[in-house]
Amino acid sequence: MSLTAEQTKTRNKELIEEVLSVYPEKSAKRRAKHLGVHEEGKSDCGVKSNIKSLPGVMTVRGCAYAGSKGVVWGPIKDMIHISHGPVGCGQYSWATRRNYYIGTTGIDSFGTMQFTSDFQEKDIVFGGDKKLEKLIDEIEVLFPLNKGISVQSECPIGLIGDDIEAVSKKKSKELNGKTIVPVRCEGFRGVSQSLGHHIANDMIRDWVFDKTDPNKNAFVATPYDVAIIGDYNIGGDAWSSRILLEEMGLRVIAQWSGDGTIAEIENTPKAKLNVLHCYRSMNYISRHMEEKYGTPWVEYNFFGPSKIEASLREIASHFDDKIKEGAERVIAKYRPLVDAVIANFKPRLAGKKVMLYVGGLRPRHVIGAYEDLGMEVVGTGYEFAHNDDYQRTTDYIKDSTLVYDDVTGYEFEKFVEKIQPDLVGSGIKEKYVFQKMGVPFRQMHSWDYSGPYHGYDGFAIFARDMDMAINSPVWSLTKAPWK
Amino acid sequence: MSQNAEKVIDHELLFRQPEYTSMFENKQKNFEYKHPEQKIIEIQEWTKTKEYQDKNFAREALTVNPAKACQPLGAVFAAVGFANTLPFVHGSQGCVAYYRSHFSRHFKEPTSCVSSSMTEDAAVFGGLNNMVDGLANAYSMYKPDMIAVSTTCMAEVIGDDLDSFIKTAKSKGSVPEDFDVPFAHTPAFVGSHVTGYDNALKGIVEHFWSKAGDAKPVAGKLNFIGGFDGYTTGNLREIKRLLGAMGVDYTILGDTSDIWDTPTDGEYRMYDGGTTKEEVKAALNASATISFQEYCTEKTLKYIATKGQETVALNHPVGVGGTDKFLMEVSRLTGKAIPDALTKERGRLVDAIADSQAMIHGKKFALYGDPDLMLGLTAFLLELGAEPTTVLSTNGDDKWAAKVQALFDASPFGKNCKVYPKKDMWHLRSLLFTEPVDYLIGNTHGKYLERDCNVPLIRLGFPIFDRHHYHRFPIWGYEGGLRVLVMILDEMFERLDQSTIITAKTDISYDIVR
Repeated sequence: MSLTAEQTKTRNKELIEEVLSVYPEKSAKRRAKHLGVHEEGKSDCGVKSNIKSLPGVMTVRGCAYAGSKGVVWGPIKDMIHISHGPVGCGQYSWATRRNYYIGTTGIDSFGTMQFTSDFQEKDIVFGGDKKLEKLIDEIEVLFPLNKGISVQSECPIGLIGDDIEAVSKKKSKELNGKTIVPVRCEGFRGVSQSLGHHIANDMIRDWVFDKTDPNKNAFVATPYDVAIIGDYNIGGDAWSSRILLEEMGLRVIAQWSGDGTIAEIENTPKAKLNVLHCYRSMNYISRHMEEKYGTPWVEYNFFGPSKIEASLREIASHFDDKIKEGAERVIAKYRPLVDAVIANFKPRLAGKKVMLYVGGLRPRHVIGAYEDLGMEVVGTGYEFAHNDDYQRTTDYIKDSTLVYDDVTGYEFEKFVEKIQPDLVGSGIKEKYVFQKMGVPFRQMHSWDYSGPYHGYDGFAIFARDMDMAINSPVWSLTKAPWK
Repeated sequence: MSQNAEKVIDHELLFRQPEYTSMFENKQKNFEYKHPEQKIIEIQEWTKTKEYQDKNFAREALTVNPAKACQPLGAVFAAVGFANTLPFVHGSQGCVAYYRSHFSRHFKEPTSCVSSSMTEDAAVFGGLNNMVDGLANAYSMYKPDMIAVSTTCMAEVIGDDLDSFIKTAKSKGSVPEDFDVPFAHTPAFVGSHVTGYDNALKGIVEHFWSKAGDAKPVAGKLNFIGGFDGYTTGNLREIKRLLGAMGVDYTILGDTSDIWDTPTDGEYRMYDGGTTKEEVKAALNASATISFQEYCTEKTLKYIATKGQETVALNHPVGVGGTDKFLMEVSRLTGKAIPDALTKERGRLVDAIADSQAMIHGKKFALYGDPDLMLGLTAFLLELGAEPTTVLSTNGDDKWAAKVQALFDASPFGKNCKVYPKKDMWHLRSLLFTEPVDYLIGNTHGKYLERDCNVPLIRLGFPIFDRHHYHRFPIWGYEGGLRVLVMILDEMFERLDQSTIITAKTDISYDIVR
């Protein structure tokens, strides 16, 4: 029995009332602003966002350090990123995000390593600046091929008054202008990962762009130079995207920041166009490059063939006919693959309902890919979106979609229990909760150790993975036959 | 075109397709400004030398690839072992996201835990309001029987006082006055996750015992503490089986065996199993407490001893001798005899070792991990006739090292073995080049050493992210010893097969009987 949009709206509104009833009054009031039902034609999703999480509610959110070290800086492979402070932050974020790269780890690449100043009590009491200086010297001895260092601040740094900017300047000078970037991404700053992205972007502006001689790398520009911004190459996403841009005749001069290098970052202002995938985490630097270097930027979406086609054409529209023809050629080339993937998987997935809760761009960006397979997204929400994300989301979601911002463990569990979707797409912390409930699940941060999901090559994997999750025989075993 | 709709190609093979490999080459050549290949090889070779090792060991400030985590992780581990208990970490919220992810990646299970979500204003004014609101929210939403509070480094640096904060929160009605909110300060910049386990467990035990009056010891009643243990599900069930077989009246303090092993049957259990409050209270009247991991329980045992109990600290016993000692201690403390069934189990483990000893005899091992695990595995390897030539711990101190050395000294197989306290896995990398071994034992992070140093990794430790379900099987008791033995043997046989698999070249020794 399927509900009409109006019935769904009523059901969803009741559901929201129901979950709010469990909170103390003050908290219910605050949470109410983050839960909504989308009304067709509205300019946003009717929810507040980018506001402090309530204490004690089991938010899924992370912190500014996670946004800076874990997302933006960490994937730049030929730099060493120091988790500056106690051991834990670097330990828990060590190589778990699957930002794929090519390089000799420990020699010229450092992406899957954990460098930390491992703060002890004395560092808290006496400050860690001297330790940081010494640590940078030790890095230079033991990892001589590193192309730069970033200092990713953990909570104590900002609280004990360390001057990591002074240390960075001093060491950079001693080391002939080496790129050393102090990042004030202490975990208590802001309300989520989001501020960490912003701070990380700003530090690239201040400590890389503004300090780099534009002629540092011999670089011959072409009219077709673009940079991929906001793709972290999770499971190889940036690669299965890059291949399409190159096939249409563009030259990708930089990847931000999955499989990225500091040289690529430094050369990005020479691009003719920045193509931006994860708007949330890298719109800041895109806007800056537009203002300072006149580089235009365009958002794109490489999830699922419909959005890929539209994006290829949109990107091509910034170039001449050669590229426009290139885009059509690419679309035609992959059409048989797309048709075959849809023929294989759509019959197995059509009509299935999906609930999402992710970060960055995915709560809206992946909707098209599900729809290409005949599936329907009935609920979605962001960990750390701002209002401009929810505005953009209205282009993707249907009337009556349940929208939940910074959802709490309790709310999400209740929503899924009542709506009974055929698939939930969220993170590692949520995965097992829903699987225990017998609801198929895919991790939509790490692609559940699969991927890539971007581009045409990725779409085939995406379709196969959703099919595996939903149509696994395990879900028929959850009830004992004698019960 | 690389992809195939009929047989979808995964990342493992997709990026080896020529379209991609040529794309990678072009990216490197034109945009990465990579060091010359010759230079990379030169440095790579240099990192294998003794000269590099000396520089590496001269490090004073930098830690690279440590094998330890921070205190609050251990505090959460301890807290989830109590029935209907919600761990509440006072400080920044990102930490809790990390602990929950870390445990879920290891156990493939959910881990419930809340944060007081402190931000800049709390950094300036203190986190009292966060505690007041946080306890109220957590209590009404998740309906726990107990909320166990610990701290992140943020709360510790600004000096938040948990005792007074919790009292204030109660007076403001966040939770009822008589609601149990044990707490522990667990600064991330002191010790490691094993310290956090100790502090949190002590906090919970003390919370109940300090107001319980005098102990009334019951002869033969025992408490058991497992400590921070990646195999806790299988291990604690094995301990229960062993103590059950001996007919011992016991309480496990911090029973994590069910919460990290709930069924998939349509119902999500946020809480499952665990030590109840009544059991914790009654545990005061035990005559003795056995800890399976000394370094996880230093303060806890000290506190328990003040209540008149005898305390016994073991070092993660693995294998025959370790399990013998455990069972004999139980027998001594309870007066219960070790039943014949267990003696027979012991005999079966010895039988298995005898059957396979030729495979292991004289093989060199490097191992790293938590201090107690290292002591347990070192003792077992020596028992097997192996040589644990390199034993390293990031969170083991000099006192720990002396204990490992004592194990070496007591065995002829320990003659050429060396212990490395307070060292990380980048130190170990140097050692694996300069003093090569046959096998490496450690957690998932060891796979980078397996790749760089070409040494086979046997996964024993925490975390194990890239293999499934290991935690469901015990490595304690005679049964557990058998499991460890088989894990070691499987790796050895697999390697032997791999090295003899080339037709008409190495397959002379590709034997069907081994």
